[in-house]
Amino acid sequence: MKTSLICGLAGALSLAAIPALAEVESTDPIKLTLHDWTGQLLTTNLMGEVLKKAGYNIDLVQADYIAQFAGLKTGDLHVAMEIWETTGREAMDEATGTGNVQNLGETGMQAIEEWWYPSYMKEQCPGLPDWEALNACAEIFSTAETAPMGRYLGGPVTWGGFDDERVEALEMDFEVVHAGTDAALFAELESAYQRQAPIVLWVYAPHWAPTKFDGEFVEFPPYTAECYSDPAWGSNPDMAYDCGKPRGPIWKVAWSGVEEKWPGAHAIIKAFNVDNQEMGDMVAKVDLEGAKLEDVVANWMTSNETRWQEWIK
Amino acid sequence: MSKKAGRLFSSTSIVWLALLLVTWLLSSYSRDLSKTFDAKWITRFPAGWRLSLKNDISAAMKWLVEEADFGLFTFRELTRGIAWLIEQPYNLVLSVLSSGWMEGQGSGAVQILPPLSWIAVIAVVVTAGHFAKDWKLALLMGLAFLYLAVFGQWDSAMVTLASIIIAVPFGVAGGLMLGIAAYRWHWVDQALRPILDLMQTIPVFAYLVPILFLFGFGPVSALVATIIYAMPPMVRVTTLALRAVPDEVVDFGMMAGCTKAQLMWKVLVPTAKPDLMVGVNQVIMLSLNMVIIASMIGAGGLGFDVLASLRRLDIGAGLEAGIAIVVLAVALDRLSQAFAQPRQSGEARRRQTTILYRYPRTLIVGAFCIICLIAGYFFVSIQSYPEALQVTTGTFWAELVKSININYFDDLEAVKSFMLSTFMLPVKRFLGGIPWAWGWFLMAAAGWYFGGWRLSLLCAALAFFIIANGLWAKAMVTVYLCGVSVIIAGIIGVPIGMFSALNERADRIVGVIIDTLQTLPSFVYLIPVVMLFRVGDFSAMIAVVLYALAPAVRYAAHGIKTVDPQLIEAGIVSGCTKRQLLWRIRAPLALPEIMLGINQTIMLALSMLVITALVGTRDLGQEVYIALTKADIGRGIVAGLAIAAIAIIADRLIAASAQSMRKRYGLA
Repeated sequence: MKTSLICGLAGALSLAAIPALAEVESTDPIKLTLHDWTGQLLTTNLMGEVLKKAGYNIDLVQADYIAQFAGLKTGDLHVAMEIWETTGREAMDEATGTGNVQNLGETGMQAIEEWWYPSYMKEQCPGLPDWEALNACAEIFSTAETAPMGRYLGGPVTWGGFDDERVEALEMDFEVVHAGTDAALFAELESAYQRQAPIVLWVYAPHWAPTKFDGEFVEFPPYTAECYSDPAWGSNPDMAYDCGKPRGPIWKVAWSGVEEKWPGAHAIIKAFNVDNQEMGDMVAKVDLEGAKLEDVVANWMTSNETRWQEWIK
Repeated sequence: MSKKAGRLFSSTSIVWLALLLVTWLLSSYSRDLSKTFDAKWITRFPAGWRLSLKNDISAAMKWLVEEADFGLFTFRELTRGIAWLIEQPYNLVLSVLSSGWMEGQGSGAVQILPPLSWIAVIAVVVTAGHFAKDWKLALLMGLAFLYLAVFGQWDSAMVTLASIIIAVPFGVAGGLMLGIAAYRWHWVDQALRPILDLMQTIPVFAYLVPILFLFGFGPVSALVATIIYAMPPMVRVTTLALRAVPDEVVDFGMMAGCTKAQLMWKVLVPTAKPDLMVGVNQVIMLSLNMVIIASMIGAGGLGFDVLASLRRLDIGAGLEAGIAIVVLAVALDRLSQAFAQPRQSGEARRRQTTILYRYPRTLIVGAFCIICLIAGYFFVSIQSYPEALQVTTGTFWAELVKSININYFDDLEAVKSFMLSTFMLPVKRFLGGIPWAWGWFLMAAAGWYFGGWRLSLLCAALAFFIIANGLWAKAMVTVYLCGVSVIIAGIIGVPIGMFSALNERADRIVGVIIDTLQTLPSFVYLIPVVMLFRVGDFSAMIAVVLYALAPAVRYAAHGIKTVDPQLIEAGIVSGCTKRQLLWRIRAPLALPEIMLGINQTIMLALSMLVITALVGTRDLGQEVYIALTKADIGRGIVAGLAIAAIAIIADRLIAASAQSMRKRYGLA
C-alpha cells in the first residue's frame, strides 16, 4: 500500500494525530486525488479534514485530472473532488457509463468560463462588456500577427469551448490563438496587465486571476441548449454557437465501491458543499497572500464547524 | 569515392538546385493546383487510405489492461507485481529521507521513527564526497545540500532524491543486463537497436497514460517512466564499453581458465568500469530531466513545486525549485564522476584488524546519524531546518521580469516581428505547402543520395508511416519549428563552442551555463518567455533553442579540441595565420563532429516539442499533449511514433553524410 504521499502539505496533514473517533465501516484509507491547481487542493483537503473528523482514514494522492478516471474505475483511487462540467464532462460520462464510477453531485461551485478583459480596456473601448461593443473595437486588440483582426487568447485546444465557431457564427473580427496551458494563458494576462496593454482572453472562475486582476467577463447572448444544437437559434440563422458559454457545476465523483465499503463517508461526500465566493477567497489567500494551505483549511474548519457537523451526522 | 564526389559535384548540385526549385514551385502552387483540378489528394492524403493504427493501438491496450491473461495470472497482475517490487525499496528510501517510519495507513498513520535529519543527510553526502575524491568535492556536496535546506526546498528535494536513488539503480542494472546481452548475442544487438532508438525519440508524454493504466497511480508509475526514459544510454554505453576492452585482456582471462560468467564479471566489467560510469552518469542526468514530467503523474517533489508555483505565476519560487533540481543534478553528477575515476585503493587499510580502522567514515557517520536522531527529539531545528532561517529571493525575479516587460516590451516585439516575418513564417509556408507525395519522394531521394538504397527504403517507409496516419501537415509544422530552432541554435552554439575550445577561461564559464540550461526545467523559463513574447511560435522557438543549444556547443568544442595536433603543427610550419589555422584546418576537420552535434541538437529539439506544446504550438508535440490530456492512448503513441520517425530520418541522414564527409577528409 502506498504510504503517505508527496507534497509537503499532504505529508504534514497525514502526520496529524489519529482521530480517535466513532466506529467507521473500514479503516482502510479513502484515497482522494490531488491535482495541480490551488482551488482543487483546497476542496480536497477540506473534504479530507471533514472525513477525518468523522473518523475515516484518508490518503491524498497526486493524479492527473483526466487520467485519474482509469484509477477511479478500478478502485485504485476513490474520490475526485472537482470535475468541471466545462472540461471534464466527456471523461466523466464515459466513466460513469461503465458503472464503476458514480457522480456524487455538485460541489456547490459553479464553473464560469468566458471571454474576459481588464477594466482599463473600458476607457479605450466604451460600451463593454457588450460583445458587439467589443467587436467594434477589435482592432485595438490586434497584434502584428493578427492585424487587422483582434487577437483573442483562448484556452488550450483540449478545453473545447467552441471559440473558433463562436467567432465565425457571430461574425467577429477576431482571430483565436490557443494557449497550451493555463499557466501560459495567465502569464500573458499578467504581462499585458503590467503594461496596461489591450488583451481579451479566456478566464475561468473560481480562480485567483479574477481576484487579482480587475476586470469583467464579456456579455454574449446568454447560453441556451438550443443555441449550441440548433443553427436557427440566435443572430446567425445558419450556425450554432452564436451565444456565450454555458456555466456548469463542478461535480464530485467517486469509485462505485465507496458506497459499499464506506457508506458513511459516501453520505458525507455527497453532503459536502461550498460556494464560489468562499472558495475564491481561500484561493486568493493562498496564491496571492502567500498563506499556507493547511492554515487556510484549518481556519475554514473552525469557522464552519456547524456546517460540517451537519454533514457528518 | 572522394574523386567521384569531386567530379560529380557540379552536376549533383545542379540536380539539387532543380529539386529545390520544383519543391518551391509545388509548395507555392499545390493548393491552386488541387483546386483547379479538383484533386484534393494533392494536398491531403485521401482519408480512405489512412491506417486506423490509432484505434488499433487503443483497442490492443484496452485488451492488455482488461483481458490479457497468461493462465496463472493476468498481464495487469504482472505489471502490478512489478510495481509492487519497485515500490518496496522506494518506500524504504522515502521513509529514511522524507516521511519517517509509519505505523498504519493514510491519515491514521503514526510516525514511529522520524526520517534522517537534515544535518545527518548533509553529513552523509559530505562523507560520500570525501570517500569518492577529496575534501573539495565534500565541500561541494555539503554546499549543494545546504542550499536545499536554506532555500526551503528540503522536503521536496528529499522526495525527488528518493525517486532518483531508486530509479538510477534500476536503470543502471537493466541497462547493464541488456547491454551485456547485446554484447554477447548479435541478434539481441540487432533487435535492441531500433527499440533503443524509439525509447529515446518517442516523447515521454506518449507513453505516460499506458504506464498509468498498467502500473497504477502514484510514484511507481513515475518511476517506471523515468527508468524507461533514462535506460537507453546505459545499454549503448555498456555494449560499446565491453567491445572496447582490449583483446589481450580477454585472452588473458581465457588463459587463466575463467568460466564465461567469471570472464564477464571479473574481467570484462571491471576493465570497462570507467566507461560504464559514463553511462551511470547519463542515467542520473536523464532521471533528473524527468523530474517535472514525473511530477505530472504523481511523483511529487521538486517537479511538483515548479509546476505549482508557475501555475500561480510565482516566477521566483519556480526558479528556486528549478535551481534546486540543477543543484541536485550537479552534486550527483560530480559524485558519480568522481566514483568513475580510479582511486587510491583502501587495500592497506582494509587489512587492519579492527572495524574502526577499516571503515572509519562509515562508523563516524553512522554514529552521527544516531546522535542527530536522538537530539532531534529534543531540538526541533536539528530534525528539520528551522523555517525562520529560510531564505527566499521572494519577488525579485518577478519584479525583474516586470521591469523588462514594462520597459523593453516594444523593442522585443519589434525583434520578434522581424524574425517572424523575414525568417520563420516564410519557412513555415514553404514547408507547409509541400504536397505529401513530393515530400515522400524527396525523403527517398535524400536517403538514396547519402546512404544508398537501404537508407532510401528506410526513409521512405518512415515517411509513409507519417503520411498514412494523416499526420503529414502536423509533421511539417514540427519540422519547421524544429528546423528553425536548430538553425538558430547552430548559429549561436557552434561559434561559442569553437571559441571556448580555444580559450580555457571561456570554456569553464560556458560549461557552467550549458550545464544549467540542460538541467534547469524548461518550464522555469517558459513562463517569463511567454510574458515577454506572447503565446506563439516565437516563444516556442526560444525555449527549444535554449534547451537544445548544449550539444551544438559541446560537440563543436570537442571537435576543435581533438583535431590532430600534427596537422595544426603542419599548418603553423607552413606559415598559417591564426585565422587561417581556424578556418582552413580546425573548422573543416571538426566538421564531422559538429555535424554530430547538430544531430544531437535535432534530437533534443524534437524532445522539447512536447513541452512547447504547452505554449500553444500546432504540431505533433501538441498532438501528443492533447492525447495525454484526453487519455487517448492510441493517438498519443501514433503521434509519438511520428516524432520518432522524423528523428530517425534526420539521424540516419546526418550520420550518413557525416560518414561520407569523414571519408572525404581521410578521417575514417
